[in-house]
This record gives sequence, structure tokens and C-alpha cells, in this order.
Amino acid sequence: MTAERHGRAVAAGLVGLAAVAALLEFVIRAGLVSPLIVAPPSSLPQAFALLAREGYLVAPFLITMAQAFAATALAAAVGVPLGFILWRRPLLGRAYEPWLGAAFAAPLILLYPLFLVIFGRGYATTVVVGALAAFIPIVLQTRAGLLGVPPVLINVGRSFHLSEPRLLWKIIFPAAAPAIFTGLRLALIYALVNIIGIEFLIDFGGLGRVVSQMYFQYQIPAMYAAIVLIVIVSLVFLSLLQRLETWWRPR
Amino acid sequence: MATTLTNFNRAPLHWFAPVTRVRALTLLAAALVWEGVARSGWLYEGVVPPLTAVARAFVVLLVTGDTYHHLAVTAWEVAAGFGIGLVAGIAFGILMGARPFFGRAMAPYVDGLATAPKIIFLPIVMLLFGVGITSKIALGALSAFFPVTLNTAAGMHGISPVLIRVGRSFRLSRAQMVRMIYLPALRGSIIVSMRLGLGVAIIGVLLAEIKLADRGLGFLAIDHYNQFRIPDMYALLLFIFILAIGANVLIGRLSPRR
Repeated sequence: MTAERHGRAVAAGLVGLAAVAALLEFVIRAGLVSPLIVAPPSSLPQAFALLAREGYLVAPFLITMAQAFAATALAAAVGVPLGFILWRRPLLGRAYEPWLGAAFAAPLILLYPLFLVIFGRGYATTVVVGALAAFIPIVLQTRAGLLGVPPVLINVGRSFHLSEPRLLWKIIFPAAAPAIFTGLRLALIYALVNIIGIEFLIDFGGLGRVVSQMYFQYQIPAMYAAIVLIVIVSLVFLSLLQRLETWWRPR
Repeated sequence: MATTLTNFNRAPLHWFAPVTRVRALTLLAAALVWEGVARSGWLYEGVVPPLTAVARAFVVLLVTGDTYHHLAVTAWEVAAGFGIGLVAGIAFGILMGARPFFGRAMAPYVDGLATAPKIIFLPIVMLLFGVGITSKIALGALSAFFPVTLNTAAGMHGISPVLIRVGRSFRLSRAQMVRMIYLPALRGSIIVSMRLGLGVAIIGVLLAEIKLADRGLGFLAIDHYNQFRIPDMYALLLFIFILAIGANVLIGRLSPRR
């Protein structure tokens, strides 16, 4: 019943999307809006074909994804141990947690000129900016996950006289793992979004660069196609990760 | 080092809270590392300027009138974009929440667009509105719209059905429902929306200025970069961060304390 209703809503959404596309097509064909400003939806398949033919589709996608994963790995390598330390030393936790919260709200991506200065216009800059964005949710989620481990579990471990490292590896980390995974999921998305943004801004790398390039070459349909591609990639990536998380997390 | 800090904790120095001391030590350590790197010559000269140079640039920035012209432009772009995005997002969020079928139909598109980096819409916005201030306002509005919409729609789900039934039984019109039931019940989530929306509107506007503009703080930052005025760039980034975090804190003050 709910699934059926959900399906009907999705179908209605698709109909709505088609209607918007048809309306746009009509307005452009009628000459009310120039096709040089809004690409007619009917030109998108051809534009995608063009992007694919010129190598602007698969390679940039892979480049962007590789950077997002590299940035997240880098952020996790620093962030998980740091989250652990902030849990282990409550004073440090209390001192730094509000800072991390404030950094979450701060426009971190604006620091990219700083990394441009230090690393130059290359993958080091894009990956570090992505890692910076990915780092904060990982630290905060790691600490929150460790703080949220039920004391009962720890007491059980102690009553079995587990040594401290075994207690950590057998009980505390597994119990905190779901929260850490949530942090990693958020981190991947932040890294992806920030990396695409930087690519667009500095004309370098994968998907974001394609948009910038098509704009400056005035290839309007191809530019729209690249933007649509980025939206689809973000959405598919987001929902895949959410599914992975619910599938993996024990109920 | 961590252990010494915790032991410090037990020292009888109550006039200086341990948390504050840790933070002060951290800032001091960061400043020392920075200064060390700056003076070591490991990096190209000027890439990491000494703190004194950044401090001097910061003072110059504060007393230069030009800074405030750029600040005024950026502030106007952020305020206008944020205002438009906030109002439109609240309206659309209420619509999605009040009409569940519509909400479910729109959800995939709103989620997808909310996730995507907004800056890539800049070319579209520039084609539509030109490369001037309007395009920055539009990008700010676009950035603020999606988190506000999502948050408002989520807030609508949290409204007690009793309230909605009360409204219905009084046969309130649609406008009355919005004014007398939805908006008061959404107060908390609207404040959260404002925080989220303002943060992303600031980012959207500044990135748009960085990409293509001839005024505004974002333009000024990238201009410093292009002219290799590195201490000025660091000082300006610091200025921007202080303002952005300050704006966030101010909006956070609005939320009722529990």
C-alpha cells in the first residue's frame, strides 16, 4: 500500500519533470527564451553523446570519484584517531569540540586559495580541500560514537577481564562502528561536493572542470548536460551510500 | 602531551578554566609552528608569510575604506540571496509537508539538487542574469533554498496532527493555516533553517565572486591571490571567517535556550 503510493508519487514526479521539460522546449522553440541561454531539453541527448565522444564523460567522472575517495581516506586516517583521542581525553574533547562545530559552519572551501598557494594548481590542492571538508564529520562522529557506547557493554568486557586493547578492539570499536560509518558517509559526500566545486573554480580535474570548460567555450547544451550529469551523480551516490549504510547496519 | 594537560587540570588554578588553557596552548602552538615554517625557508618565500606580516596586513585591511566597499557589496548579495532563498524555501517546504503526495513526488529532485554543489549552477545563473551582482544574489538564493526546503519539510512532519486537526475544524483558509498553525509550529525549525541557509548563502556568494566578479570580498581574495599579495590574502580570509562565524553565532542566539 505505502509502496504503491510511493510509486505513484515517483511516477507523478517524473510526469512533472517531463511537463517542465516540454514547457521549456516550447518556450525556447517559440522564441521567448534564447537557446543560447537555456539549452532546449531535446538537445541534451546529443550533448551527452558529444561529451562522451570527446572524452568528457567517463574519464572526468572517474577522476572526480578517485579524488573523493582519496580525500575521504586521508580525512579518515587523521580524523578517526583524532576522534579517539578527543574521546579518551575528555578535556581535549571539551576544548576542541566547539571549534570543530564552528568549523562545520565556516566556509571551509574558501580556504582553497591558501592551498593553491602552498601546493599549486594540482590534485594535491583538490584532495586536501576535499579532505578538510570530510575531516570534521569523521572526527565528530567518531567521538560521538565512542561516547555513545553503552556502559553495560564495557562492564561485560571488564567482567571477562579483557585487557584494555582487547576491550577496545572487541567491544568499544565495534559498538561505535555504525556512528563512524555515518561519519564516513557524510565525509564522502562533502568531499565529492567540495572537490567538484573546486574543480569548477580552478578549471582543473574532473566533472567540475567540464562545466567550466563548456561555459568558456560557449558550448551551452554540453554545459547543461555536464551540470545534469553532476546532479545525477550526486543523487545516485547519496542514495547508494544511504542504502549501503542501512544494509550494513545491524537492525 | 595529553597526559600533562589532564594533570594540569587538577592544579589549583581556578581562575583560568582548563578548557580555556588547552585552547590558549593550542593557539600558541599553532602560531609557533606557523612562525617556524615561515622562517624555515622550506616553502617558497612568501607562501607562508610570518604572522607579523599577516597581522600587519590585517590592520591595513581594517583601516582601508576599500575593504568596506567590497564588504558592502558582498553583504548585500548575501542578504538578498539569503532572504529570497529563505522565503521561497519555507514556502516550498510547507507545500511539500502539507501535501504529502506532492512532497513525495518532489523529494528525489530536491534531494538531488540539495546534494549537488551549487556553484556549478553559476554558468546558468550568469547566462540568465549576466555576470554582475544579480547573478551572485541568485546563486546565494539557490544555495539557501534547498537546505531550507528540506529542513522545513522535515519540520512539517514533526507538527502534531492535533494542531492541524484543530485548524481544519476551525475551517481555516489556506493562508490562515500557514499563518496561524504552520508558521508558529515551525518556529524552531525555521531558526535552524536560517542557520543552514545563511551559511551556504555566504559560501555560494563568495565562490561566485571568486569565479567571476569585479567587486566583493571573494573577488578581493582572488585578486590578492592573482597579484601574489599573500599576507593580504591570508588577512582577508581571516576577516571573512570571523564575519561568517560571527553571523552564524548571531543567528544561533535566536534559538530559544532550553
